[in-house]
Amino acid sequence: MNQAIIPDPILLGRARGWHIVDGAGLDADRSLEADVVIVGSGAGGGVTAEILALAGLKVIIVEEGALRSSSDFKMREADAYPGLYQESAARQTLDKGVKILQGRTVGGSTTVNWTSSFRTPAPTLAVWRERFGLADYDSDTLAPWFDMMEARLHVGDWQAAPNENNGLLKRGLDKLGIPSGFIRRNVNGCWNLGYCGMGCPTNAKQSMLVTTIPSALDHGATLVTRARAERFVLRGERVDELLCSALSDDGVAANGHTLRLRAKHFVVAGGAINSPALLMRSGAPDPHGLLGKRTFLHPTLISAGIFPQRVDAYAGAPQTVYSDHFLGTSPIDGAIGYKLEAPPLHPVLLSTTLNGFGQGHAEIMRQFPHIQGMLALLRDGFHAQSAGGAVQLKDGAGVLDYPLNAFLWDGARRALLTMAEIQFAAGASAVQPAHETARRYTSWREAKREIAALPQQLHLTRVASAHVMGGCTMAGDEQRGVVAPDGRYRGLANLSVHDGSLFPTSVGANPQLSIYGITARLASGLATALTGKPAPRVSA
Amino acid sequence: METTRRSFLKAGALGALVLAAGGGIYRAVHTPRPRRFVLDGEARAALGAIVPAMLAGALPADPGTRARAIATTIDGVHTAISNLPLPVQKEVQDLFGLLALAPARRLLTGVSGGWAGADPGEVSAFLQDWRLHRFALLRTAYGALHDLSLGAWYAQPANWSAIGYPGPLKELA
Repeated sequence: MNQAIIPDPILLGRARGWHIVDGAGLDADRSLEADVVIVGSGAGGGVTAEILALAGLKVIIVEEGALRSSSDFKMREADAYPGLYQESAARQTLDKGVKILQGRTVGGSTTVNWTSSFRTPAPTLAVWRERFGLADYDSDTLAPWFDMMEARLHVGDWQAAPNENNGLLKRGLDKLGIPSGFIRRNVNGCWNLGYCGMGCPTNAKQSMLVTTIPSALDHGATLVTRARAERFVLRGERVDELLCSALSDDGVAANGHTLRLRAKHFVVAGGAINSPALLMRSGAPDPHGLLGKRTFLHPTLISAGIFPQRVDAYAGAPQTVYSDHFLGTSPIDGAIGYKLEAPPLHPVLLSTTLNGFGQGHAEIMRQFPHIQGMLALLRDGFHAQSAGGAVQLKDGAGVLDYPLNAFLWDGARRALLTMAEIQFAAGASAVQPAHETARRYTSWREAKREIAALPQQLHLTRVASAHVMGGCTMAGDEQRGVVAPDGRYRGLANLSVHDGSLFPTSVGANPQLSIYGITARLASGLATALTGKPAPRVSA
Repeated sequence: METTRRSFLKAGALGALVLAAGGGIYRAVHTPRPRRFVLDGEARAALGAIVPAMLAGALPADPGTRARAIATTIDGVHTAISNLPLPVQKEVQDLFGLLALAPARRLLTGVSGGWAGADPGEVSAFLQDWRLHRFALLRTAYGALHDLSLGAWYAQPANWSAIGYPGPLKELA
């Protein structure tokens, strides 16, 4: 049915003869060779693959996840989470204090994100220049790269009205006189369904899966799927080859076959956590002990408002309204600020996020169509008390140790108070913060008193993250970052890092467009360095 | 039940020791341990008691329908665990191994007899205790049981109409 209505660009590409090697289909070890091997097919890997392939380089893209496309995207959480997310969408920090959503499929997190597109905020770039020596990371210098990638990925204003879930955020903010804005989205012909997080069934979302990856494949690139990058083999100051384990059909275990990938140059774009973990497993040089450190999450607090009218937070473009007001109420290096947004709600995501169990839980779930969800994303990484987490290896896999401290808990308390106030201002009949000892409050007066007194503690306060950044810090000198401002890994002549792990702080906004713009610039520089010619400009 | 609850709470220090040793003991007596999660005998019985407590208020009343709904949900929990990375499957296996050991069950959950005949009140009480427990390990164990049980329930289209969720657009689903 689906295939009849919606053409599937992946099926069409396969029919055109794309080079695809599925690790799960291997019955022997395999070696492949190219000019450049790119680890990861998400925002950084996808952009890099297209630019290098258009520059005439022979490219191999390695992805741990499977190649799934619109014919597979049935908008079911039961299939989407195990099929498209890292660790079945149940990835957590070491002490299990933060739940982490990251993609693990061709297209990476861009295949499952909610399409929110922001350029890197100027105050964030100012800190990168002043404290991390990234001299030419300013809004004007980056503007042409953002312009190019916005055009490539159809980033634009959302033309339809916000759904009620976002509309309530806007109305509550308006009522309180708090400024808000509309979120730009990377979509082309969006059906306004609301299932972005389960893979776009109509190919409207301009993720890497339907844009840069197909373009790279059309230009002769090879895509290797269900293959886990285990380690680089280093020889002196160079990477010699990359060893990958081919995975089983379900992607859970190694199937016993090894892929050896050789190239002149290697690009790490596995995303924060996985990229530094790969470099740690490989014994990459790290003379200042920085690798994996300063990993940031935008630790996110959640509040559920219950409204008399239907909200149907599962329907319609998931994120269209935001407010940065609470990022600006203190200096950027003062008490932690937060960005406000609304999340789409679906039964599994909501039921596992809501605290408690049994009768009370069932009762609030019966209110599902009347629930409005609100998020506050803490902008971490700008204060001495917010140094982020550290990636470590556990059974060989990257695990993030991210301690939640008093500085963050202060932000959590203020964020839960803010969200409740906005929800009541928008007309909520009750508000329930995602916190184990919170109750359902029926007035702002009650909520204000009770939320202020909630113990902000590990496992009691629900904290989530869909934005993992840092760990392979890019900086002007080797005392502050393992990666140079041109994306080259210090101490390994033929290795670059092109993903969100480069960022020296959190972004303070949904990171996809920051990754697109910044890695487009890095990849263009790399293309010129490798070919001696001007880099190609990508377009839709 | 109050006595059981109090002695359970007092069992704190000893409980920590059992908890630390429990996974190891379980692995020692269950060698060779499978690489992938296995839901066997007493561990399945534990879920058979925990799932109805987690889903109280959501499960159907009719006994036959209810039993089938619980069985389907336990299968869903099993599937969800099977899709986790192997090191995480091992952690979950250790948790169920612990729940399956009678002394650990009595000490940490206060559930006196076997899981099959566990009193629903006792099961609810232990989940409440774990939810806010001073040991982080028990809070995270509760968190895992919470997410697995509720996630497996609300993943099923059969349970959507009760919460007013129409499901995705049928023409594309």
